[in-house]
Amino acid sequence: MLFNANCLALLVFIIVPAILGVSFGIRRIYMKTLLKIFEWATLRMERGAKERNQQLYKPCSNGIIAKEPVSLEQEIQEPRGGGGEFDMSDILYFCRRGVESIVDDEVTKRFTAEELESWNLLTRSNYNLHHISARLTVLWGLGVLIRYGFLLPLRYKNKLYPHPTSKVNLMCYRICVRALTAIITYHDSDNKPKNGGICVANHTSPIDVLILASDGCYSMVGQAHGGLMGFIQKTLVKACPHIWFERSEVKDRHLVAKRLSDHVADKTKLPILIFPEGTCINNTSVMMFKKGSFEIDCTIYPVAIKYDPRFGNAFWNSSKFRMVTYLLHMMSSWAVVCSVWYLPPMKREEGEDAVQFANRVKSAIARKGGLVDLLWDGGLKRSKVKEVFKEEQQKLYSKVLVSRQEDPEHS
Amino acid sequence: MGLPLVESALQWNSGILNANRDPKNDDVEFQITRLYSRFHSLDKGENGALSREDFQRIPELAINPLGDRIINAFFPEGEDQVNFRGFMRTLAHFRPVEDNEKSKGHDASEPLNSRNNKLLFAFRLYDLDRDDKISRDELLQVLRMMVGVNISDEQLGSIADRTIQEADTNGDMSISFSEFIKVLEKVDVEQKMSIRFLH
Repeated sequence: MLFNANCLALLVFIIVPAILGVSFGIRRIYMKTLLKIFEWATLRMERGAKERNQQLYKPCSNGIIAKEPVSLEQEIQEPRGGGGEFDMSDILYFCRRGVESIVDDEVTKRFTAEELESWNLLTRSNYNLHHISARLTVLWGLGVLIRYGFLLPLRYKNKLYPHPTSKVNLMCYRICVRALTAIITYHDSDNKPKNGGICVANHTSPIDVLILASDGCYSMVGQAHGGLMGFIQKTLVKACPHIWFERSEVKDRHLVAKRLSDHVADKTKLPILIFPEGTCINNTSVMMFKKGSFEIDCTIYPVAIKYDPRFGNAFWNSSKFRMVTYLLHMMSSWAVVCSVWYLPPMKREEGEDAVQFANRVKSAIARKGGLVDLLWDGGLKRSKVKEVFKEEQQKLYSKVLVSRQEDPEHS
Repeated sequence: MGLPLVESALQWNSGILNANRDPKNDDVEFQITRLYSRFHSLDKGENGALSREDFQRIPELAINPLGDRIINAFFPEGEDQVNFRGFMRTLAHFRPVEDNEKSKGHDASEPLNSRNNKLLFAFRLYDLDRDDKISRDELLQVLRMMVGVNISDEQLGSIADRTIQEADTNGDMSISFSEFIKVLEKVDVEQKMSIRFLH
């Protein structure tokens, strides 16, 4: 009887609305309630800490040290006593910048989960465990019960009923979205990607695909896998034409570009969904866009995706967690709350090369989503930075030396 | 996190310990906690110590022409690992000088972030073999690190010669620490070698 009641609840609250694309508004109330509880929890922790004469660890999202945005030329080109090009104090600039980057740098923190200002009752995001009172512990325990005893099984049951046929593709994604208790707000839907274009978005997690695909039909690009993943890919291809590459083909950039071009040239084919960062970033910034998709001559539809970190951390830290662990975290978090902005379509302008165009699109996405716009490559997650960047720094300094020599009075 | 707070505070304050709860101590605790969190995130091997590779993983440091010299400053002679205390001790050189005014020193020794000690840190960046002298050869090597391939050997050589000529007062063709201090006497070292925490 309990099983029947569960099935009924499933049907009424999740599947039917998903098919009809209708919302009950229950999820928004759930969201607001959760936020109030989180605020209360944080206040209690602060109070508890004060009573014990200690400080709470407060994460800072804007960096922890003051970094003046002074360039090499500005700082070193100060008027000095003696003449000559080189000054022994020049070293101080590089020294300070180096130590600043040791204390806080812009890149390495993008590859771990964002730190939250208030606690959201998930142990995984708490740094002040010793400040939790009895009352908070009870609340946390209740949270665990709800998340693992109710939300998780409910979401897991939904995953067991996939419907991979072409007409229900959209419905299938919508069901998955509801199964995760995803509360997504789509903005500017008139800018939704159309056929014959490429949709680019910032990448935080595999769920990005779910979120976009539940609001529109896309062709995916990816590497062909074997096993279970491969079976899923083949099934999906029967529903909508996707573009899968063999591992060997991925290395051949011309082949990839050709297949993508052929796809967009055919106006009956769906827009391609690409994540130009090439890897998952923690949703506080947008990192370098790989220029491949921007070399193809077609319209680009940029999309910005911003998750609300208070309800659960959506970032997939692939070096720390396997896919299965990540999915478990997602299914046992409070909700997946995010905003999706469809930006107006962009095309490459006269005299603009692929890299400049990619940077322009990236800036637009960063601005809309409230993310930091970085030039650094997301690939730095795994690989070392290229020597050429150090050589640029050396060249800059050499220019300063030479310019001093030519104009000693001015310096 | 379980960090040895009192010991760290000692290093940070260069020997000054204040038992009462005052705002300055809050700042100290805040800074130490942040730095420990940072140390922990850099320590990929999770063995409580940083190696040179851990530092080189920071892209902004890897592209700094003097990156390797700065990393070296953290490691005592002949060692390959630096623990949190050593990490903090090196970073303590970069505390702003005004932080010391509030604490009237009971200590005999100079705080790590005094002007003199900041200058010593910079001097050691040049002094590759740690013999307390900057030779022409060492100066050339550091210059080469800073300019890369963009300046010729001759030009660099003459730059080095001129620099030593101007700084060297006792005629031994190398720059001692006191000569170095004299050269930089007009430079605002305190401002250029300080890192301020945000609250």
